[in-house]
Parts: sequence; C-alpha cells; structure tokens
Amino acid sequence: MVNAWLVATIVAVVAGVVGFFTLLRGNAFAAHAIPNGSFAGAAWASLVSVNPLIGLGLFSAGSAVTIGWLSRRGRRDVATALMLTFMLGLGSLLLKLAAVNGPLVYSLLFGEVLGISNNQVLPTICLTVVCLLAVGLLYRPLLLSTVLPEAGRAGGISGTLMEFLFLGLLALVTTMTVPVVGTLLIFSLTIGAPSAARAFTDRPSRAILLSVLLALVTVWIAIAAAYWTNYPIGFFVGAISAVSYLAGRLWTARRRQLSPAHW
Amino acid sequence: MTGAAAVFAPGFFSSAPVHTALALGSVVAIVCGIVGVFTVIRGQAFAGEALSDIGAAGGSASFLAGVAPVWGFLAASLAAAAAMEMIGVQRARGRDLATGIVLGTSLGLAALFLYLDSTQQTGSGTTVTILFGSLFALSPSLIPGVAALSLIAAGAVCVLQRPLMLSSLSADLAAVRGIRIRLLGVGYLAALAVAVALAALTIGAILGTALLVGPAAAALRLTRRPGLAMLASAALGVLAIWIGVLLAYDSYLWPDPGWPVSFFVVALVFLFYLGSGLLGPRRSGQREQGSR
Repeated sequence: MVNAWLVATIVAVVAGVVGFFTLLRGNAFAAHAIPNGSFAGAAWASLVSVNPLIGLGLFSAGSAVTIGWLSRRGRRDVATALMLTFMLGLGSLLLKLAAVNGPLVYSLLFGEVLGISNNQVLPTICLTVVCLLAVGLLYRPLLLSTVLPEAGRAGGISGTLMEFLFLGLLALVTTMTVPVVGTLLIFSLTIGAPSAARAFTDRPSRAILLSVLLALVTVWIAIAAAYWTNYPIGFFVGAISAVSYLAGRLWTARRRQLSPAHW
Repeated sequence: MTGAAAVFAPGFFSSAPVHTALALGSVVAIVCGIVGVFTVIRGQAFAGEALSDIGAAGGSASFLAGVAPVWGFLAASLAAAAAMEMIGVQRARGRDLATGIVLGTSLGLAALFLYLDSTQQTGSGTTVTILFGSLFALSPSLIPGVAALSLIAAGAVCVLQRPLMLSSLSADLAAVRGIRIRLLGVGYLAALAVAVALAALTIGAILGTALLVGPAAAALRLTRRPGLAMLASAALGVLAIWIGVLLAYDSYLWPDPGWPVSFFVVALVFLFYLGSGLLGPRRSGQREQGSR
C-alpha cells in the first residue's frame, strides 16, 4: 500500500507535467496510442520473463518512433490508429502464447496499483528524475516550437526533432505509468488534469503547477476510493478526470460570460 | 492436392464456425470499408477509435444485463457519438480533447463493468472476448441483425455520398450550396457509430478502428476517386478478414496452437497500409492533405 502511494504520487507529478505539453501540442491521440503500444511490451516481457519495465520501455519507445516516422509520410491520425491497433493485436497474441490468463490481461489494461512490488519503486524514481530533467532542459524550445513553430524554426529549433523528443518523453512516462493505472487509462491522467488546469490559467508555469496538483488529487482520491470499494482504480481515474475537465469547461464559459471584452 | 492441404488445414471448408466467421466478417468489412473512406477524409480516425473503445463499455455492460454484446456495442457507440457532437467534436479546436475525455471516461466505465462481470461469474474470458473479439465464437443467429444494420449504415453513406464528400472537403462550399452540414455531420457520426459497433463485434472493441481506418487509408493512397476508393477499401477489408480467418484456422496445427484471428486481421491491415505507401502514386514531394 505504501509502495502504491509512493509510485502513484510520482506518476501523477510526471503525468501532470508532460500532459500539459501533450495538450498544447494537440497530440492527445499519440498519448493514447503509445501506452497501448506498451501493452505488447508487457506481454512480451511475460512471455520471455524479463522485468516488465524493460518490455514496456522498449515497446513504447518503438511505437513512439514508428508513429513519428509514419506520420511524416501520411496522415498522422491514421498512422497513429493503425500502429495502436497493431500493437494491441500483437499484445493479445503474445499473451496467448505466454498462456496468460484473463485477470492478468485485465490488470495490464486497467492497472493494479496495489500489486506494485518493492523492486519497482527505485526504477520508477530513476525514470522520473530523467523525465523531469528532460522537461527542464527542453522547456523553452519545446514550448516555443509548440506554440509558434515558425518562430522556433527561425531560432534554429527543428520541429521534427522536437516532435520525436516529445514522443520519446511520452514513451518514458508510459513506461512508468502502466503498472499503476494500466495501458488504457494513463491517457485520462495525462489529459484530464492538464485540460482543467489550462482552463483556470493562461500562464504556462502556473498551468503546469496546477495540472500537477490536480493529477495528484485525482490519483490520491482514486487510490483511496479503489481501496475502500474494491472497484478498479482506472474507473475512478477516468471519472475524476472527466469531472475536472467539465469543471474547466464551466469555468471558461463563466469567465467568457463575465468579461466578453476580454475575448 | 498436397499444396491445397498445406494452405487450407483439413476441415476448413466444412467447419460451421468458419462459415459464420467468413459471412459476418465480410459483411462488416464491407461496411467499414465504405464508411471508413469518409472517416479518413474527414480526419476522424481518433473519433472512430474513441467510439470503438466506448463500445467496450457497452459490450461489457451488456454481459451484466444479459443481452447480446452487439446491442451493447451499438447503444454505447451511438450514445457516445451524440455526446461527442454535443461537447464540440465538430470544431477542429478542442476536438481532440473532447474526444479524449469521452474516451477516457468510457474506458473507466469499461474497467468497472468488466470488473463486475468477473465478480458475477459470467465466465473468466469476458475481458478478452469483449476487448479483442473472437470471430470463431460468433453465433450464426447474428447474421440477419448484422446484415440489416450494415445495410442501413452503408446504404445511408452511399446515398449521401456526394453531399458528404463536398462537406468533408470544403464545409464552406457545401454551406453555400445549401447543404445542412451540421445535420449531415450528425448523420455521418451515427453511421460511423454503427460501423464501429460491428467492427467491435468481429475483431474486438479496442481493435475495431483497424478495420475502419486501415483499408480505407490504404485505398485512398492507391486512388483519388471516391467511388473507386470505397470499392477498393471494402475489398481490402474483406481480404484481410478472409486471410486472417484462414491463418487463424491453420494455426491450430502449429506448434503453439490457437493464434487469435483478430491479431492476423490487424496485422494484415497494417501491412496493407504500409504496402500502399510503397505502391501508391507519388505526389511530387507534396505531403498528403490533412497531415497538419
């Protein structure tokens, strides 16, 4: 239980930060697809019995690179959708070959926070440090190339490079988040909190802080609720994310009503 | 004869589950191929993906209620299409986000329903059946219902083909010509929801998008003519289903028996898409429209 709190807290911080950029770049679909790619990785890890984190890392990085590469030569949403379903299909095959039973498939897809073991905590902390360092280093160029791609290019920032780096970042987050909330629901965590945060403030630094805060609240409530009710944690993460998105929408609508001149 | 026996494992042509799988799979692939062309042109692959994941919530709920999953898929997809329309899927800005939120919420619901399914002892394989499909396990009694739904969805899209194409390519021009874009968009989303529900039934709720988007995207790379693209896309979909069913049936004789049909279908669709990129006409360095 202590492990669960610790890991979930770390995960929420990173998801809040990276989610903000996901939203700004309008890349919600990739944030949905890369975790699904890692599903095959987890399946592969259980087939050849290595540490799941290795499988998750390899496959999410692989799908990030493939999505980035394919979307340069075709429609981005089509490439993402096909990559996503292919990786899920591959995952179902590998699980079948590994003779894995239904409950494990379920916990991979929807998460099982209470099943986090001691030897998963340290790698997660290391990945977090790498991830936050990367965001810290990339903060200005990433923000610039997201908001004003032309200005970024004029300043010598390659849009393609940034896209790949960003997808890589998503892969990193995926690797650490999957064991907690599962492949399918990381997505709620990475876009629910940031979408609400962005409705409340326009300043990037403040929005990131708020988004981390909301993600933390989401995860904590979800863990507590899952613990008390015995229902899956993913359900609570999804529901709370939807509520915070709606709150953001209402707030925006109200603000717009109060000061029409501002808009 | 030995050659044929190597390709078609014994009993392939006389197996009843294979017949049902081929019949249902072909019908669904044709609908998905036709509807999918517009999904790709309108850039709604993410919406298709969301609708199909939402179908997972419906499918798992239908197990709880004790009705056939196809009705659960259908009801959930239609409801979600309405919800996405309401919170603003039609506007490009914020569209990803609205889709994503609906998607996330419904996956949460799917998690809950599947959990309840497993506690209610409806069988341990529910998760896998709903999410990844099992074409060989479908009952022949579904054929009339599926055929009727297919006819409605594919028929509507074929009849509305011209205004739909115009409003997909240039909404302003369509509005000038007196086409009611919003209504058309809603109608299209409903047809999409039906197609997605059928795809979820055949290859599983979280894999359904592949059948919808893959053959269509491949066909659109091979030809720019809409009618031809719809035909090609339906043909590619049917081909993926047939080869997938055959390989899955053969796989029972392999060292690791029983590979899932859905895996073969999805992998074939992915291959078709990659292959079409190599075969398709080159457009002098110009990137395909809509790639933002």
